[in-house]
Amino acid sequence: MSVFIARRLLLLIPVLLGVTVVTFTLTRVIPGNPIDLMVSPLASQETRDRIAENAGLNDPIWVQYLRYIEGVSRGDFGDSFVTNQPVLDDLKSRFMPTFELTLFAMLTAIALSVPLGIAAAVWRGTWIDHISRVLAVFGVAMPVFWVSLVAIYVFFFLLHWLPAPQGRIGIIIPPPDRISGLYTIDSLLTGNWKALKSSVQSIILPASVLAFAAMAPLARITRASMIEALESDYTRAARSLGLSESSIVFRHALRNAILPVITMIAIVYGYLLGGVVLVENVFAWPGLGRYVYNAIASSDYPALQGFILYSTTVYVLLFLFVDILYVLLDPRVRL
Amino acid sequence: MIGPQEQIVPGLTALARWCRRNPVTAFGFFIILGLGVLGLLAPLIAPYDPYALNPREKMQPPSWDHLFGTGIFGEDIFSRVLYGIRIDFGIGLGAVAFGLIAGSSVGVIAGYYGGRIDEVLMRLMDIVAAFPGFILAMAIAGVLGPSIPNLIIAIAFVNVPVYARLSRSRFLVIRESLYALAARGVGASDFRILTWHLLPNSLAPIFVQSTLQCGWAILDAAGLSFIGLGVHLPTPEWGVMIGLGAPRIIAGQWWISFFPGLAIAITVMGFNLIGDGLQDLLDPRRW
Repeated sequence: MSVFIARRLLLLIPVLLGVTVVTFTLTRVIPGNPIDLMVSPLASQETRDRIAENAGLNDPIWVQYLRYIEGVSRGDFGDSFVTNQPVLDDLKSRFMPTFELTLFAMLTAIALSVPLGIAAAVWRGTWIDHISRVLAVFGVAMPVFWVSLVAIYVFFFLLHWLPAPQGRIGIIIPPPDRISGLYTIDSLLTGNWKALKSSVQSIILPASVLAFAAMAPLARITRASMIEALESDYTRAARSLGLSESSIVFRHALRNAILPVITMIAIVYGYLLGGVVLVENVFAWPGLGRYVYNAIASSDYPALQGFILYSTTVYVLLFLFVDILYVLLDPRVRL
Repeated sequence: MIGPQEQIVPGLTALARWCRRNPVTAFGFFIILGLGVLGLLAPLIAPYDPYALNPREKMQPPSWDHLFGTGIFGEDIFSRVLYGIRIDFGIGLGAVAFGLIAGSSVGVIAGYYGGRIDEVLMRLMDIVAAFPGFILAMAIAGVLGPSIPNLIIAIAFVNVPVYARLSRSRFLVIRESLYALAARGVGASDFRILTWHLLPNSLAPIFVQSTLQCGWAILDAAGLSFIGLGVHLPTPEWGVMIGLGAPRIIAGQWWISFFPGLAIAITVMGFNLIGDGLQDLLDPRRW
């Protein structure tokens, strides 16, 4: 087991090095000189030269790349042109809001779509199967930022059930004391009911919209995987032994069908990392998505570089985690 | 004697029979063909110039004069959604075409030469595929600057590994197939086997994948344009139009964003229904 994990970790190194080459190259093909972004346009030629020299922009490109890699390995992603803070600190401070949002979205999506997919497979061709298919077709076709806007129109403007987009919590409401960094959990733990109400109201729409987008592929893969398991020989054997239908579905079929669902959860999470950029912008959510949007709008390349490197690492590690889970859940994979 | 009339009718009945048996796929084809025709005929159908601004008729709700209402500059949303078909279909098809050509070239080269070339090319594809797709497209579009060609490049680049892996695996299976062996047996050259036997036989799954990717490409393009990384403002692109209406939503002016978004949803649904239906034909086990 530990050999397997060690080998998978070693295989990650070339991929992550390749990723840094891409992020490094991206910021080198920007039209114009990076120095133009670092100094005021009114600065004298001497100042420009001095800053370029200090930033190492006159060194050969491979030296610059090595310096970049060396910095990244120490956790130094450079300083943001806009906030003048180390990019890593910026990313850290915006991680929790995004984590809270995607966590609730993912949990909601899994809680709804996996049972739906199972039901659709067990009662194939009935109304529940049709509902899940319609959901799968619509869920992937609707742009997530558009669903956000429609949801705001319906639940804020028409029904007045939820507040207008306000970020994580109402403006006049002080955030709860920090325990986990998740506003909803922290306000619950500290018994801060005002903050709890406001933060729950704030997160409902963005999390639901993301969950809706994530549900379609999850329900779909659960259904397909369950049908395969239910039609397999071991299910037939279990049925001929006279086991109850619920025992066949949950103890035999589901356990075999769950692996592709786990992979799909990882794929969908990667998709959410992109969707969250759009949704955070609509809901003024102060997370990573909004940060990278601002970074692009203001040509803040260190911030953009840092964010891409960060989210790709998360994505790659997630798949490593899935692989390890596979080995734990399915003895056949252990080679 | 068989007249031309009789020859066409069996063809039509066969088509009708196919449509009855695959109503969902036929519906997808119907949507895409219908939208395509609307896009081509946009100059004839559109009641207004999509670029015309009319400050006296700003933000009118839908009416008989303006079917989808007017936007923040008094532009006619219906006309702009119609012209948007051209832009969004163009971006979607363009991105898929570039991704397909680049990706399947990589896949076929890797599969044909094998060995070290295969290893290097496929590991490069692994690196590109390691990025979350939308985020890489965002970075490329952000660095290249907002324009339609850059948007197409960004989205096509992200999809290259999909086509490379697919065409490589198809290629490896087919290379060992009996008919490739037979063609080699009768003395066909490598090039002839590649173009006449291998390519046509690996097209079906690639075509199915392309249909699905078309929907994704349009969604991604609209998303990038929505956050200002895609198409410039006066262009009637659906994502930009949604972005223009976004700040007006809390004031209840829903139609500015609603109709372009509906157009995206219908288009993507059309492409997905076709792709899913064709996938069923190839592999009936899938949904």
